Amino acid sequence: MGKHLTTPADSRESDKDWQEKTLDPFLQRAPERLTQFTSLSGENVKRLYTPADLQDLDFQENIGYPGQPPYTRGIHPTMYRGKLWTMRQFSGFGTPEDTNARFHYLLQQGQSGLSVAFHLPTLMGLDSDHPMSEGEVGRCGVAVDSLADMEVLFRGIDLEKTTTSMTINAPAAVIWAMYLANAEKQGFDSAKLSGTIQNDILKEYIAQKTWIFPPRPSMRLITDTFRYGVEHVPRWNTISISGYHIREAGSTAVQELAFTLRNGIEYVEAALQAGLHVDQFAPRLSFFFNAHSDLFEEVAKYRAARKIWYHVMKERFGAKDPRSWALRFHAQTAGCSLTAQQPYNNIVRTAIQALAAVLGGTQSLHTNSMDETYALPTEQAVAIALRTQQILAAESGIANTVDPLAGSYFVEALTREMEQGCWEYFEKIDAMGGMVRAIENCFPQREIQDAAYQYQRAVEHKEKIVVGVNDFLVEQDTGIETLAIDPEVSAKQKNRLREVRATRGTAAVHQALEDLRHAATGTDPLMPHFMNCARQYATLGEVCDVLRSVFGTYTEPIF
Amino acid sequence: MPDRRLRVLVAKPGLDGHDRGAKIIARALRDAGMEVIYTGLRQTPEQIVNAALQEDVDCIGLSILSGAHNVILPRVMQLLKQKELDDVLVLAGGIIPEQDIPALKACGISEIFLPGASTEPIIAYIRNHVRQKPH
Repeated sequence: MGKHLTTPADSRESDKDWQEKTLDPFLQRAPERLTQFTSLSGENVKRLYTPADLQDLDFQENIGYPGQPPYTRGIHPTMYRGKLWTMRQFSGFGTPEDTNARFHYLLQQGQSGLSVAFHLPTLMGLDSDHPMSEGEVGRCGVAVDSLADMEVLFRGIDLEKTTTSMTINAPAAVIWAMYLANAEKQGFDSAKLSGTIQNDILKEYIAQKTWIFPPRPSMRLITDTFRYGVEHVPRWNTISISGYHIREAGSTAVQELAFTLRNGIEYVEAALQAGLHVDQFAPRLSFFFNAHSDLFEEVAKYRAARKIWYHVMKERFGAKDPRSWALRFHAQTAGCSLTAQQPYNNIVRTAIQALAAVLGGTQSLHTNSMDETYALPTEQAVAIALRTQQILAAESGIANTVDPLAGSYFVEALTREMEQGCWEYFEKIDAMGGMVRAIENCFPQREIQDAAYQYQRAVEHKEKIVVGVNDFLVEQDTGIETLAIDPEVSAKQKNRLREVRATRGTAAVHQALEDLRHAATGTDPLMPHFMNCARQYATLGEVCDVLRSVFGTYTEPIF
Repeated sequence: MPDRRLRVLVAKPGLDGHDRGAKIIARALRDAGMEVIYTGLRQTPEQIVNAALQEDVDCIGLSILSGAHNVILPRVMQLLKQKELDDVLVLAGGIIPEQDIPALKACGISEIFLPGASTEPIIAYIRNHVRQKPH
């Protein structure tokens, strides 16, 4: 044995030696449990990884140092030694009053940023009194119809000190305008506001499916927010390019990575075509990934994501500002991994997933609550989810050093595989003419649907074990308490909407909507018009109706 | 005379776009030899019942994850009665709190499958409970 680390060449020799002398005789006596071991995504996992797996892996080129290209090890030199990740629980239900109370509760519990879940009518650009909103008001998020609701939602919260993330996509520009109009009214400086709008429509067509308009006008709305952010709200992340929903729809880890980053490329191209310069807006692009249960696969995914994005921004787009190269991301644990059976087990799943996100260098994290297969979470369930993050941060020791899994033969090999799989998908999608074209041809949708079905089959054939679902079953489950939404929410919300419509300046609203219609028909920036509509208390439904009449609506191909 | 293949309408009421479950069920039922019609997203109760009537289905599977089930599902059941389709077997799945289940069953939904449910028991349930129409 030499005193130096084993080289790949030495390792191949000694690997062979180990196999002959130790492994083979052992396997004769004690065969393995399975003939093949696979990751959650179905990828083959080898018995052992050694230096031989890292052949051609150049330290500086592939791993390097945190805060330096290629950022595999993290975007900051000190990572969590400097500042812990932001603990950001996504929440929203009922009326703006209900959610405002939950925000204050979470901030008191030590949460460091806000994240708003809107109810489905808002996500679809419909008012609470629209016939399609029947039964949906305040159910899976908070109801927001106009500036009046924004005023209540953020009452008593210092918007210059708190960062706010808003999960809103098809009508993101309109809702952001309401947020900004409220901040303006409360006297906050827009240059000091910080937060994120999800604003990622491509993954809606691909996976989550809360779309309104067709892809091309939707892309216009998005580049419009990029421009407005650059000019007026420089600290705002105007998009959160999301793989979360792609994974929830059943994709593999590499599909999540590849489709998300390829969507990112599509947005950059659209912004360049709209006349922006890459280093103006690229530092405000942010990402959002799933944190699923296969710990090492997930860590490899995040590390590969940073490395790939660095190369994309530098080489494909010629970005010069290092802030344009560094991929920042939020992570959320995998809702689709939670089970209705034995719901307390979900706390453990979430803890492992959160561990993966932190080991992968996330900038912020949402941990799901154990009761979310039944309903929106109770205050108690949310508190446990938040405590899970606090325990990881304070007690586990994982925040003491940067990128602790670097150099693991397995993790480095996985990171490389993940990266290669991603470049292969890029090539395919580029050959199709880009992501909008690929979506129109249902390419990513089909890939995800196939992966979801294969996983389901694997569970049903017990090739993949899910505790409490296909093994370790119980006769009688312990029930848990779930959150009940006040049945009066819908009536309360409709009342406020009536009041808003009765007390605002009708002529001014009409004029603002007409000006918007005129601008939408042409090529003018739309954000100033959304701001104007918001200030006049035009409702979300009214603004979106104007856009629907100009842009048309999207019809999903059924396959 | 050979049995007609079972005809199932997989429908997605509610405003949510979470169609992973609906699509997996549709495919599994097809693989099990049933004829499946999938409605697409955001169907109103009226659209669902009309589709059930036109397609002459034996079973309807309703997938809803938006939280609006207490309003939307009883409405579907009421319309089915009005159209004299009460013999159609109706199942539901999605994010549905346990305390809501008794009322949903009382209005005529035969069974409710929660996250984590496998497709095999659903297929078996349909085969055992459907009242196949004579043709």
